[in-house]
Amino acid sequence: MSNAHKVIIIGSGPAGLTSAIYTARASLSPLVIEGEPSSTSDQPGGQLMLTTEVENFPGFPEGIMGPELMMRFREQAARFGAEFITEKVTKVDFNSRPFKVWIRDTEHTADSIIVATGAQSLMLDLPRESELIGHGVSTCATCDGFFFRNHEIAVVGGGDSAIEEAMFLTKFASKVHLIVRRDALRASRIMQERALNNEKIQIHWNSRVSELHGTDKLESVTLESTTDGSTSPLGVTGLFIAIGHKPNTGLFTGVLDMEDSGYLLTREGSTYTNIDGVFACGDVQDHVYRQAITAAGSGCAAAIDCERWLEHQH
Amino acid sequence: MAQGIVTLTSSSFDEIVNSSDKPILVDFWAEWCGPCKQIAPILEEIANEMPNQITIAKLDIDEHGDIAGRFNVMSIPTMLLFHNGEIQHKVVGAKPKARLLEELTPFLPAS
Repeated sequence: MSNAHKVIIIGSGPAGLTSAIYTARASLSPLVIEGEPSSTSDQPGGQLMLTTEVENFPGFPEGIMGPELMMRFREQAARFGAEFITEKVTKVDFNSRPFKVWIRDTEHTADSIIVATGAQSLMLDLPRESELIGHGVSTCATCDGFFFRNHEIAVVGGGDSAIEEAMFLTKFASKVHLIVRRDALRASRIMQERALNNEKIQIHWNSRVSELHGTDKLESVTLESTTDGSTSPLGVTGLFIAIGHKPNTGLFTGVLDMEDSGYLLTREGSTYTNIDGVFACGDVQDHVYRQAITAAGSGCAAAIDCERWLEHQH
Repeated sequence: MAQGIVTLTSSSFDEIVNSSDKPILVDFWAEWCGPCKQIAPILEEIANEMPNQITIAKLDIDEHGDIAGRFNVMSIPTMLLFHNGEIQHKVVGAKPKARLLEELTPFLPAS
Protein backbone atom coordinates (compact mmCIF):
# COMPACT_ATOMS: atom_id res chain seq x y z
CA MET A 1 0.00 0.00 0.00
CA SER A 2 1.41 3.37 -1.02
CA ASN A 3 0.99 6.22 1.44
CA ALA A 4 -0.55 8.61 -1.10
CA HIS A 5 -4.30 8.25 -1.59
CA LYS A 6 -7.12 9.91 -3.46
CA VAL A 7 -9.37 9.72 -0.43
CA ILE A 8 -8.86 8.77 3.19
CA ILE A 9 -11.92 7.90 5.25
CA ILE A 10 -11.48 8.29 8.99
CA GLY A 11 -13.96 6.08 10.84
CA SER A 12 -15.81 2.86 10.00
CA GLY A 13 -19.38 2.97 11.26
CA PRO A 14 -22.34 3.05 8.86
CA ALA A 15 -21.29 6.50 7.54
CA GLY A 16 -17.62 5.71 6.97
CA LEU A 17 -18.25 2.30 5.42
CA THR A 18 -21.02 3.58 3.12
CA SER A 19 -18.69 6.32 1.88
CA ALA A 20 -16.09 3.57 1.40
CA ILE A 21 -18.49 1.48 -0.72
CA TYR A 22 -19.37 4.47 -2.91
CA THR A 23 -15.85 5.85 -3.33
CA ALA A 24 -14.50 2.35 -3.98
CA ARG A 25 -17.11 1.80 -6.69
CA ALA A 26 -16.08 5.17 -8.14
CA SER A 27 -12.53 3.77 -8.47
CA LEU A 28 -11.11 6.15 -5.88
CA SER A 29 -9.43 3.28 -3.96
CA PRO A 30 -10.28 4.67 -0.54
CA LEU A 31 -8.13 4.02 2.50
CA VAL A 32 -10.31 3.49 5.56
CA ILE A 33 -8.56 4.13 8.86
CA GLU A 34 -11.09 2.23 10.88
CA GLY A 35 -10.01 2.76 14.48
CA GLU A 36 -8.76 0.21 16.97
CA PRO A 37 -10.41 -2.47 19.09
CA SER A 38 -11.95 -1.35 22.35
CA SER A 39 -14.95 -2.24 24.47
CA THR A 40 -16.52 1.19 24.20
CA SER A 41 -18.56 2.53 21.31
CA ASP A 42 -15.38 4.14 19.95
CA GLN A 43 -14.20 1.18 17.84
CA PRO A 44 -14.15 -0.26 14.31
CA GLY A 45 -17.74 -0.69 13.17
CA GLY A 46 -18.92 2.03 15.54
CA GLN A 47 -21.75 2.05 17.99
CA LEU A 48 -23.63 -0.86 16.38
CA MET A 49 -20.82 -3.18 17.46
CA LEU A 50 -22.22 -2.97 20.97
CA THR A 51 -25.86 -3.57 20.09
CA THR A 52 -27.79 -6.78 19.62
CA GLU A 53 -30.79 -6.93 17.35
CA VAL A 54 -31.22 -4.04 14.91
CA GLU A 55 -34.91 -3.97 14.00
CA ASN A 56 -35.16 -0.76 12.01
CA PHE A 57 -32.51 -1.07 9.31
CA PRO A 58 -34.44 -1.38 6.04
CA GLY A 59 -33.93 -4.60 4.13
CA PHE A 60 -33.79 -6.83 7.18
CA PRO A 61 -37.41 -7.65 8.01
CA GLU A 62 -36.35 -10.27 10.55
CA GLY A 63 -33.83 -7.92 12.15
CA ILE A 64 -30.08 -8.38 12.14
CA MET A 65 -27.42 -8.34 14.85
CA GLY A 66 -25.49 -5.05 14.97
CA PRO A 67 -21.98 -6.56 14.67
CA GLU A 68 -23.18 -8.80 11.80
CA LEU A 69 -24.60 -5.79 9.95
CA MET A 70 -21.34 -3.89 10.28
CA MET A 71 -19.33 -6.90 9.16
CA ARG A 72 -21.44 -6.97 6.00
CA PHE A 73 -20.90 -3.23 5.40
CA ARG A 74 -17.17 -3.82 5.70
CA GLU A 75 -17.16 -6.84 3.37
CA GLN A 76 -19.09 -4.86 0.79
CA ALA A 77 -16.54 -2.03 0.91
CA ALA A 78 -13.64 -4.50 0.73
CA ARG A 79 -15.22 -6.24 -2.27
CA PHE A 80 -14.88 -3.05 -4.29
CA GLY A 81 -11.29 -2.46 -3.26
CA ALA A 82 -11.41 -0.33 -0.12
CA GLU A 83 -8.27 -0.82 1.97
CA PHE A 84 -8.33 -0.86 5.77
CA ILE A 85 -5.94 0.05 8.53
CA THR A 86 -7.11 -1.04 11.98
CA GLU A 87 -5.55 1.82 13.89
CA LYS A 88 -6.40 5.26 15.12
CA VAL A 89 -5.43 8.50 13.47
CA THR A 90 -3.23 10.40 15.89
CA LYS A 91 -2.81 13.74 14.07
CA VAL A 92 -4.07 15.57 10.99
CA ASP A 93 -2.83 18.54 8.97
CA PHE A 94 -5.46 19.98 6.62
CA ASN A 95 -3.67 23.32 6.07
CA SER A 96 -2.25 22.42 2.67
CA ARG A 97 -2.84 19.83 -0.03
CA PRO A 98 -2.39 17.00 -0.20
CA PHE A 99 -3.90 16.65 3.28
CA LYS A 100 -1.80 14.81 5.82
CA VAL A 101 -2.95 12.18 8.28
CA TRP A 102 -0.67 10.44 10.78
CA ILE A 103 -0.94 7.15 12.58
CA ARG A 104 1.75 7.74 15.20
CA ASP A 105 4.92 8.18 13.03
CA THR A 106 3.44 6.96 9.75
CA GLU A 107 2.29 9.72 7.43
CA HIS A 108 -0.44 9.22 4.85
CA THR A 109 -1.47 11.85 2.33
CA ALA A 110 -4.76 12.29 0.50
CA ASP A 111 -6.36 14.59 -2.06
CA SER A 112 -9.57 14.49 -0.04
CA ILE A 113 -10.74 13.41 3.39
CA ILE A 114 -14.04 12.03 4.65
CA VAL A 115 -14.46 12.40 8.40
CA ALA A 116 -16.80 9.76 9.87
CA THR A 117 -15.45 9.35 13.39
CA GLY A 118 -18.89 9.16 14.97
CA ALA A 119 -19.76 9.65 18.58
CA GLN A 120 -19.16 7.66 21.72
CA SER A 121 -21.08 7.01 24.91
CA LEU A 122 -20.75 9.48 27.73
CA MET A 123 -19.75 8.17 31.12
CA LEU A 124 -21.08 9.44 34.45
CA ASP A 125 -17.71 10.88 35.45
CA LEU A 126 -17.97 9.62 39.03
CA PRO A 127 -15.08 8.68 41.32
CA ARG A 128 -14.21 4.96 41.00
CA GLU A 129 -16.23 4.62 37.80
CA SER A 130 -13.29 3.61 35.62
CA GLU A 131 -11.81 1.15 38.12
CA LEU A 132 -15.21 -0.58 38.42
CA ILE A 133 -15.53 -1.06 34.67
CA GLY A 134 -15.57 -4.81 34.16
CA HIS A 135 -16.47 -5.23 37.83
CA GLY A 136 -20.11 -4.24 37.70
CA VAL A 137 -19.93 -0.99 35.76
CA SER A 138 -20.42 -1.72 32.09
CA THR A 139 -20.18 0.14 28.82
CA CYS A 140 -21.54 -2.82 26.86
CA ALA A 141 -24.82 -4.45 27.88
CA THR A 142 -24.57 -7.02 25.12
CA CYS A 143 -21.11 -8.08 26.29
CA ASP A 144 -21.79 -8.19 29.99
CA GLY A 145 -25.51 -8.80 30.53
CA PHE A 146 -24.88 -12.53 30.69
CA PHE A 147 -22.99 -12.16 33.98
CA PHE A 148 -25.96 -10.65 35.79
CA ARG A 149 -28.30 -13.62 35.67
CA ASN A 150 -30.74 -13.20 38.58
CA HIS A 151 -29.02 -10.04 39.80
CA GLU A 152 -30.63 -6.66 40.43
CA ILE A 153 -29.04 -4.10 38.19
CA ALA A 154 -29.55 -0.53 37.00
CA VAL A 155 -29.51 1.27 33.68
CA VAL A 156 -28.93 5.02 33.64
CA GLY A 157 -30.65 7.07 30.94
CA GLY A 158 -34.04 7.76 29.37
CA GLY A 159 -33.41 7.58 25.63
CA ASP A 160 -33.83 4.79 23.10
CA SER A 161 -30.48 3.22 23.83
CA ALA A 162 -31.14 3.16 27.58
CA ILE A 163 -34.49 1.44 27.07
CA GLU A 164 -33.01 -0.97 24.56
CA GLU A 165 -30.32 -1.93 27.08
CA ALA A 166 -32.85 -2.24 29.89
CA MET A 167 -35.08 -4.49 27.75
CA PHE A 168 -32.12 -6.64 26.75
CA LEU A 169 -30.96 -6.94 30.35
CA THR A 170 -34.36 -8.18 31.57
CA LYS A 171 -33.47 -11.46 29.82
CA PHE A 172 -30.87 -12.03 32.51
CA ALA A 173 -31.50 -9.82 35.52
CA SER A 174 -34.16 -10.43 38.15
CA LYS A 175 -34.93 -6.71 38.12
CA VAL A 176 -33.75 -3.71 36.13
CA HIS A 177 -33.89 -0.25 37.71
CA LEU A 178 -34.06 2.48 35.10
CA ILE A 179 -32.62 5.74 36.44
CA VAL A 180 -34.13 8.72 34.62
CA ARG A 181 -33.05 12.30 35.27
CA ARG A 182 -36.33 13.94 34.34
CA ASP A 183 -39.98 12.99 34.83
CA ALA A 184 -40.33 11.68 31.28
CA LEU A 185 -38.52 9.42 28.84
CA ARG A 186 -36.78 10.81 25.76
CA ALA A 187 -37.16 7.48 24.01
CA SER A 188 -39.45 6.90 21.03
CA ARG A 189 -43.06 5.92 21.76
CA ILE A 190 -42.61 2.24 20.88
CA MET A 191 -39.61 1.92 23.21
CA GLN A 192 -41.40 3.80 26.01
CA GLU A 193 -44.33 1.43 25.84
CA ARG A 194 -42.05 -1.57 25.98
CA ALA A 195 -40.32 -0.23 29.09
CA LEU A 196 -43.50 0.78 30.87
CA ASN A 197 -45.12 -2.58 30.17
CA ASN A 198 -42.17 -4.67 31.27
CA GLU A 199 -42.77 -5.81 34.82
CA LYS A 200 -39.07 -6.41 35.43
CA ILE A 201 -38.28 -2.74 34.81
CA GLN A 202 -38.76 -0.25 37.62
CA ILE A 203 -38.37 3.39 36.64
CA HIS A 204 -36.88 5.90 39.09
CA TRP A 205 -37.98 9.32 37.84
CA ASN A 206 -36.12 12.57 38.62
CA SER A 207 -33.07 10.61 39.78
CA ARG A 208 -29.39 10.44 39.09
CA VAL A 209 -26.56 8.21 40.33
CA SER A 210 -24.29 10.24 42.60
CA GLU A 211 -22.00 7.59 44.13
CA LEU A 212 -20.74 4.08 43.43
CA HIS A 213 -19.99 1.67 46.27
CA GLY A 214 -18.15 -1.64 46.50
CA THR A 215 -14.53 -2.66 46.98
CA ASP A 216 -13.65 -5.29 44.39
CA LYS A 217 -16.93 -5.08 42.56
CA LEU A 218 -20.01 -2.91 42.51
CA GLU A 219 -22.35 -3.56 45.44
CA SER A 220 -24.64 -0.53 45.47
CA VAL A 221 -25.12 3.01 44.24
CA THR A 222 -26.48 6.20 45.77
CA LEU A 223 -29.45 7.75 44.00
CA GLU A 224 -29.92 11.49 44.30
CA SER A 225 -33.20 13.23 43.58
CA THR A 226 -32.86 15.87 40.84
CA THR A 227 -35.73 17.82 42.41
CA ASP A 228 -34.86 18.08 46.12
CA GLY A 229 -31.35 16.57 46.36
CA SER A 230 -32.42 13.82 48.79
CA THR A 231 -30.44 10.58 48.54
CA SER A 232 -31.26 6.90 48.89
CA PRO A 233 -29.23 3.71 48.51
CA LEU A 234 -29.96 1.19 45.76
CA GLY A 235 -28.43 -2.28 45.98
CA VAL A 236 -27.36 -3.24 42.48
CA THR A 237 -24.42 -5.33 41.30
CA GLY A 238 -24.47 -4.02 37.76
CA LEU A 239 -24.67 -0.51 36.35
CA PHE A 240 -25.12 0.11 32.64
CA ILE A 241 -24.66 3.65 31.40
CA ALA A 242 -26.61 5.02 28.44
CA ILE A 243 -26.86 8.76 29.07
CA GLY A 244 -25.95 10.09 25.67
CA HIS A 245 -23.05 10.65 23.35
CA LYS A 246 -20.22 13.00 22.56
CA PRO A 247 -18.75 13.41 19.08
CA ASN A 248 -15.25 12.06 18.45
CA THR A 249 -13.78 15.33 17.25
CA GLY A 250 -10.76 15.85 19.50
CA LEU A 251 -8.48 15.37 16.47
CA PHE A 252 -10.08 18.30 14.66
CA THR A 253 -10.10 20.95 17.36
CA GLY A 254 -8.92 24.21 15.83
CA VAL A 255 -8.92 22.58 12.38
CA LEU A 256 -12.57 22.07 11.44
CA ASP A 257 -15.46 24.32 12.42
CA MET A 258 -17.59 22.77 15.13
CA GLU A 259 -20.41 23.62 17.47
CA ASP A 260 -19.67 24.34 21.13
CA SER A 261 -20.74 20.76 21.84
CA GLY A 262 -18.01 19.49 19.49
CA TYR A 263 -20.21 18.32 16.61
CA LEU A 264 -18.72 19.23 13.22
CA LEU A 265 -20.47 21.90 11.18
CA THR A 266 -21.28 21.12 7.57
CA ARG A 267 -22.55 23.50 4.90
CA GLU A 268 -26.34 23.42 4.77
CA GLY A 269 -27.62 20.59 2.60
CA SER A 270 -24.19 19.08 1.97
CA THR A 271 -21.33 17.29 3.66
CA TYR A 272 -18.76 20.07 2.98
CA THR A 273 -16.84 21.27 6.03
CA ASN A 274 -15.13 24.68 6.23
CA ILE A 275 -12.10 23.18 4.45
CA ASP A 276 -12.50 22.46 0.74
CA GLY A 277 -11.88 18.78 0.12
CA VAL A 278 -12.71 17.69 3.67
CA PHE A 279 -16.17 16.20 4.11
CA ALA A 280 -18.02 15.06 7.23
CA CYS A 281 -20.82 12.52 7.60
CA GLY A 282 -22.63 10.45 10.19
CA ASP A 283 -22.98 11.08 13.90
CA VAL A 284 -19.88 13.27 14.06
CA GLN A 285 -21.98 16.02 12.46
CA ASP A 286 -25.48 14.89 13.45
CA HIS A 287 -26.94 15.05 16.93
CA VAL A 288 -30.51 15.13 15.66
CA TYR A 289 -31.26 11.83 13.88
CA ARG A 290 -28.31 9.62 14.91
CA GLN A 291 -29.56 6.45 13.19
CA ALA A 292 -27.57 3.83 11.30
CA ILE A 293 -29.63 4.54 8.20
CA THR A 294 -29.22 8.34 8.35
CA ALA A 295 -25.50 7.90 8.98
CA ALA A 296 -25.28 5.58 5.98
CA GLY A 297 -27.24 8.10 3.90
CA SER A 298 -24.92 10.94 4.79
CA GLY A 299 -21.93 8.68 4.11
CA CYS A 300 -23.27 8.18 0.61
CA ALA A 301 -23.74 11.95 0.23
CA ALA A 302 -20.16 12.57 1.41
CA ALA A 303 -18.82 10.08 -1.15
CA ILE A 304 -20.74 11.78 -3.97
CA ASP A 305 -19.72 15.28 -2.79
CA CYS A 306 -16.14 14.08 -2.58
CA GLU A 307 -16.14 12.42 -6.00
CA ARG A 308 -17.58 15.52 -7.71
CA TRP A 309 -15.20 17.82 -5.88
CA LEU A 310 -12.22 15.69 -6.97
CA GLU A 311 -13.39 15.83 -10.60
CA HIS A 312 -13.32 19.61 -10.48
CA GLN A 313 -9.73 19.72 -9.25
CA HIS A 314 -8.28 18.72 -12.62
CA MET B 1 -10.21 -22.22 15.13
CA ALA B 2 -6.82 -20.99 14.04
CA GLN B 3 -3.79 -23.17 14.30
CA GLY B 4 -2.05 -22.97 17.63
CA ILE B 5 -5.03 -21.80 19.68
CA VAL B 6 -6.16 -24.13 22.43
CA THR B 7 -9.88 -24.56 23.09
CA LEU B 8 -10.60 -25.00 26.78
CA THR B 9 -13.63 -26.60 28.38
CA SER B 10 -14.81 -26.90 31.98
CA SER B 11 -13.32 -30.36 32.19
CA SER B 12 -9.99 -29.65 30.48
CA PHE B 13 -9.34 -26.19 31.97
CA ASP B 14 -7.33 -27.11 35.08
CA GLU B 15 -5.22 -29.77 33.46
CA ILE B 16 -4.23 -27.64 30.48
CA VAL B 17 -3.69 -24.39 32.37
CA ASN B 18 -1.74 -25.98 35.23
CA SER B 19 0.47 -28.13 33.03
CA SER B 20 1.39 -25.44 30.51
CA ASP B 21 5.17 -24.92 30.50
CA LYS B 22 4.70 -21.46 28.95
CA PRO B 23 2.51 -18.61 30.16
CA ILE B 24 -1.00 -19.26 28.87
CA LEU B 25 -3.43 -16.48 28.03
CA VAL B 26 -7.07 -17.50 28.42
CA ASP B 27 -9.54 -15.44 26.41
CA PHE B 28 -13.04 -15.55 27.92
CA TRP B 29 -15.39 -14.90 25.00
CA ALA B 30 -18.80 -15.58 23.51
CA GLU B 31 -20.32 -15.67 20.07
CA TRP B 32 -22.60 -12.67 20.74
CA CYS B 33 -19.85 -10.30 21.89
CA GLY B 34 -18.75 -7.74 19.26
CA PRO B 35 -15.49 -6.66 20.94
CA CYS B 36 -14.55 -10.36 21.36
CA LYS B 37 -14.72 -10.75 17.59
CA GLN B 38 -12.44 -7.77 17.12
CA ILE B 39 -9.66 -9.19 19.23
CA ALA B 40 -9.90 -12.74 17.86
CA PRO B 41 -7.61 -12.00 14.88
CA ILE B 42 -5.15 -10.19 17.18
CA LEU B 43 -4.91 -13.26 19.40
CA GLU B 44 -4.38 -15.46 16.35
CA GLU B 45 -1.52 -13.23 15.26
CA ILE B 46 0.08 -13.38 18.69
CA ALA B 47 -0.27 -17.18 18.74
CA ASN B 48 1.44 -17.41 15.35
CA GLU B 49 4.14 -14.85 16.01
CA MET B 50 5.20 -15.81 19.55
CA PRO B 51 4.69 -19.59 19.79
CA ASN B 52 7.73 -20.03 22.03
CA GLN B 53 6.72 -17.40 24.56
CA ILE B 54 2.99 -17.78 25.04
CA THR B 55 0.10 -20.18 24.53
CA ILE B 56 -3.24 -18.66 23.57
CA ALA B 57 -6.37 -20.41 24.77
CA LYS B 58 -10.06 -19.62 24.44
CA LEU B 59 -12.96 -20.42 26.71
CA ASP B 60 -16.53 -19.98 25.49
CA ILE B 61 -18.41 -18.65 28.52
CA ASP B 62 -21.77 -19.73 27.11
CA GLU B 63 -20.65 -23.35 27.27
CA HIS B 64 -18.38 -23.17 30.29
CA GLY B 65 -19.78 -20.41 32.48
CA ASP B 66 -18.65 -22.15 35.66
CA ILE B 67 -15.02 -21.33 34.88
CA ALA B 68 -15.88 -17.67 34.23
CA GLY B 69 -17.66 -17.58 37.59
CA ARG B 70 -14.70 -19.16 39.37
CA PHE B 71 -12.43 -16.33 38.21
CA ASN B 72 -14.98 -13.55 38.79
CA VAL B 73 -15.15 -12.70 35.11
CA MET B 74 -17.99 -10.13 34.79
CA SER B 75 -17.20 -8.64 31.41
CA ILE B 76 -15.99 -10.02 28.12
CA PRO B 77 -13.60 -10.09 26.55
CA THR B 78 -11.51 -10.72 29.67
CA MET B 79 -8.06 -12.25 29.22
CA LEU B 80 -6.31 -13.94 32.12
CA LEU B 81 -2.61 -14.76 31.87
CA PHE B 82 -1.65 -17.86 33.87
CA HIS B 83 1.78 -19.27 34.58
CA ASN B 84 2.35 -22.35 36.72
CA GLY B 85 -1.35 -22.30 37.49
CA GLU B 86 -1.28 -18.79 38.99
CA ILE B 87 -2.91 -15.68 37.54
CA GLN B 88 -0.14 -13.29 36.51
CA HIS B 89 -2.22 -10.58 34.86
CA LYS B 90 -5.79 -9.67 33.94
CA VAL B 91 -6.88 -7.68 30.89
CA VAL B 92 -10.49 -6.48 30.71
CA GLY B 93 -11.92 -5.26 27.42
CA ALA B 94 -10.76 -5.26 23.83
CA LYS B 95 -7.49 -3.48 23.12
CA PRO B 96 -5.27 -2.91 20.11
CA LYS B 97 -2.47 -5.40 19.64
CA ALA B 98 0.34 -3.03 20.63
CA ARG B 99 -1.30 -2.18 23.92
CA LEU B 100 -2.14 -5.79 24.67
CA LEU B 101 1.47 -6.84 24.07
CA GLU B 102 2.73 -3.97 26.21
CA GLU B 103 0.66 -5.33 29.10
CA LEU B 104 1.64 -8.96 28.58
CA THR B 105 5.34 -8.70 27.73
CA PRO B 106 6.60 -8.13 31.31
CA PHE B 107 5.19 -11.55 32.20
CA LEU B 108 6.61 -13.45 29.23
CA PRO B 109 10.00 -15.12 28.79
CA ALA B 110 12.44 -13.29 26.48
CA SER B 111 12.12 -14.34 22.84
